[in-house]
Amino acid sequence: MYSYIGKRLLVAIPTLLIISVFVFSLQKLLPGDPVLAMAGEDRDPQTIEYLREKYHLNDPVPVQYLRWAGSALQGDLGMSLRTKQPVLKLIGDKLPVTIQLAVMSIAFAFLIGIPMGILAAVKKNTALDYVANIVALSGLSIPNFWLGIMLILLISVKLGWLPASGYRPFFDDPLRSIQTMLMPAFVLGNALAATLMRHTRSAMLSVLSADYIRTARAKGLSERAVVLEHSFRNAVLPIVTLSALLFGELLAGAVLTEQIFTIPGFGKLIVDAVFTRDYAVVQGVVLCTAVGFILMNLVADVFYVLLNPRMRAAL
Amino acid sequence: MSDTLAGNPSSGSASAKAGEPVLSVRGLTTSFLVDGAWRTVVRDVSFDVMPGETVAIVGESGSGKSVTSLSVMRLLARDSSRIKGSIVLNGKDILALSDKQMRQVRGKDAAMIFQEPMTSLNPVFTIGRQISEALTCHGDITRAAARAETVQLLEKVRIPNAASRFDDYPHQFSGGMRQRVMIAMALASRPRLLIADEPTTALDVTIQGQILDLIKVLQEEEGMSVLFITHDMGVVAEIADRTIVMYKGEAIETGATADIFRNGRKPYTRSLLSAVPRLGSMAGQGWPLRFPVVDVETGTRVEPAEVADTVDRGSEPVLDVKNLTTRFDVRGGLLGRKVGAVHAVENVSFDLLQGETLSLVGESGCGKSTTGRSITRLIQPNGGVVRLEGKNILDLDTASLRHARRSIQMIFQDPFASLNPRMTVGAMVAEPIVEHGLATGAQAREKAADLLRRVGLSPDMMKRYPHEFSGGQRQRICIARALALDPKVIVADESVSALDVSIKAQVCNLLMDLQQSLKLAFLFISHDMAVVERVSHRVAVMYLGEIVEIGPRKAVFSDPRHPYTKKLMAAVPVPDPSRRGIRRNLVADELKSPVRPLGYVAPPRRYDEVSPGHLVRLDDGM
Repeated sequence: MYSYIGKRLLVAIPTLLIISVFVFSLQKLLPGDPVLAMAGEDRDPQTIEYLREKYHLNDPVPVQYLRWAGSALQGDLGMSLRTKQPVLKLIGDKLPVTIQLAVMSIAFAFLIGIPMGILAAVKKNTALDYVANIVALSGLSIPNFWLGIMLILLISVKLGWLPASGYRPFFDDPLRSIQTMLMPAFVLGNALAATLMRHTRSAMLSVLSADYIRTARAKGLSERAVVLEHSFRNAVLPIVTLSALLFGELLAGAVLTEQIFTIPGFGKLIVDAVFTRDYAVVQGVVLCTAVGFILMNLVADVFYVLLNPRMRAAL
Repeated sequence: MSDTLAGNPSSGSASAKAGEPVLSVRGLTTSFLVDGAWRTVVRDVSFDVMPGETVAIVGESGSGKSVTSLSVMRLLARDSSRIKGSIVLNGKDILALSDKQMRQVRGKDAAMIFQEPMTSLNPVFTIGRQISEALTCHGDITRAAARAETVQLLEKVRIPNAASRFDDYPHQFSGGMRQRVMIAMALASRPRLLIADEPTTALDVTIQGQILDLIKVLQEEEGMSVLFITHDMGVVAEIADRTIVMYKGEAIETGATADIFRNGRKPYTRSLLSAVPRLGSMAGQGWPLRFPVVDVETGTRVEPAEVADTVDRGSEPVLDVKNLTTRFDVRGGLLGRKVGAVHAVENVSFDLLQGETLSLVGESGCGKSTTGRSITRLIQPNGGVVRLEGKNILDLDTASLRHARRSIQMIFQDPFASLNPRMTVGAMVAEPIVEHGLATGAQAREKAADLLRRVGLSPDMMKRYPHEFSGGQRQRICIARALALDPKVIVADESVSALDVSIKAQVCNLLMDLQQSLKLAFLFISHDMAVVERVSHRVAVMYLGEIVEIGPRKAVFSDPRHPYTKKLMAAVPVPDPSRRGIRRNLVADELKSPVRPLGYVAPPRRYDEVSPGHLVRLDDGM
């Protein structure tokens, strides 16, 4: 098992290298010059030249890359050109917020999507199945921002049940923190739940018609044991893979959702950084996201092996 | 309970005991909801199973035999099936029970084993857990006690090192061993009735023998009744006290097995029995013989016409294979390095004359299919020479290979999977002719129509799609397609194995007719010894990638020399009820695997010519 994880981590290194090159060159290809932005209204050539020297922007591009990658490896992602704070610290401040949002969204997605998928499969072609499918379809087609705004209007403005904004860090005020996160997490999780539901349903359907399910029934097992143990344990395998992929969707959705609910998270950080051409921050955030994505897939692979004895044997 | 109706045990059945039947089925009618309408698939079926008795339900696909057994267990999908009549199992009226009560019946009063051991066990749970579950879901039993009981069950079904295999997963067992696990699971709650739905059909013949023996022994030990569903008359003869013949959803004949075999009253029973290939029925025959045909409606029997020898003995062989070797790498470890190889085909040599049928026989994994595919270069062999009409196939470049393939065509096992569902039959048969630029569209269509006529179909079927045809018809279409390029050699890879017995006989007859009229040479790949005996001029027995015995069919079948050939022939169930009760005393072994470590070199083999053309590999103990 450990050697498997080790091997997977080794495989992740070239992936990370490619991503870092990609992130770096994307920056260089983007229109707009941060130095011009910093130099202010009068664009004094001397100031511009000074700034270029200061940030090593006159060096050849490969040298710039190596310098950036070298310090990134040592945990130094550079300074934000805009706020003059270390990028690592900016990320460190915002990351927990987004992780909290991600965890809560995933929880919503699992709690809604998986039971609904199982039910839809067991009650195939009944009213319940159709309702679940319609709910899923709406979840997929209703844009996040619209659902977010509607929820704010209804729950915060009209009913006054939950605050529309005013996020507090979890460890400062857990209750308030969760309250402010409920709506954004639901908005984000809702779309993922729809995908999860559809996939759980189809995975369960194919498992439910398998020979070994007939065996389980012939043994005299209760329907509960047949569905939740014998069927779900097999159907969960494709769901694990899917969940890791949904992580990417989650981050993309977070950008927008955090804007709507004014949550000071990753999404807001990257949007602000892109608008102000704050290279270092964009690079840092994208790199962090990529690492997160790779880790999530690693976790999914490990789960996959743990859940699937045939894979365990191949290790 | 009525005991005057059909299916009283006859006085001839030794193991049947007097008393109440364990299972009594009356007027069973099962329908399925298909496209909004109810379709009856089992109609008015009645039978009894007495304590300790073995009753076989025999029939071809679609006869309703499996549906009958699933109805007894109420395992059919609830909303799309309807069961009528009465089923009394162990004194309980099955159709009146609630779902909860029915769960108590399953596994406890009656247990079931299925055809596909490879897919009938849950892949994510250990076999120990799956067996002990059958114990814990029915009774108040501690985990430790269930575990001990499970190990005992595993021992009872003769799984070697039972205790150490408790925590193993299904994929760590072979097909035969998995079927033993299934049986252990079925026996867990000591059911009074074991329903076995084609339990040996997916198994190799030597493994089938072991499982049949096991069921017989366990039946005696446990005193249970067995309801055995099968399509194989040989298996019926060997295991059943009484037999029910099913045809198109109805039980058309019921009686003591010996009676059914000796003087079946219904034409269908007689036609079914005459289509069964019997090992040993060809003694004295020099070359292949068609199957007799009995009309299903009238029962009139048409004896096969004697045919002349089709083999062109004076000529050069059309196919000459020398030292053919095909291996597949086995990779493992962290870096996926090569750690060994499956020696699928090892130094195989044989030749094939025009108009001749050479059969390759052996069990799964013996390399017979790989040999067929290597010869047509669907798989790239590692070495050897395959001379087709004088040209070495293995040396050809892509263009000349394409050309050479016109002379060698294949027919595969599964007629359902080998036809493109989105092409009409006519287009499929004409396709090779057009592809090879041999004729224009109109001419090709004409030729396709002619080919369909040749294989016993009608040319006006050309516009239809494969799903409109039955399995036997589809296999005829495959044959027509293989003939489209006027090949010299046809590799028939298990081409009749998936077909029902009467269809199998018809398709074999067709192949023999085509051989006679077109002087075709067949490489007939099969695991079915009885069919092979009927259709072959020569036979090669393969074991672990090598030919262990090859020779004229007559010599090999009347005088098998190699121990493996003998073992294979002894394992074939013979459709003769007087042989019932035989025990083969086969050890619970598994098929060996031809996976060899890196650098393995096959030992040099020597063959002994025991009679002209009959070669046997000399082994220093196998």
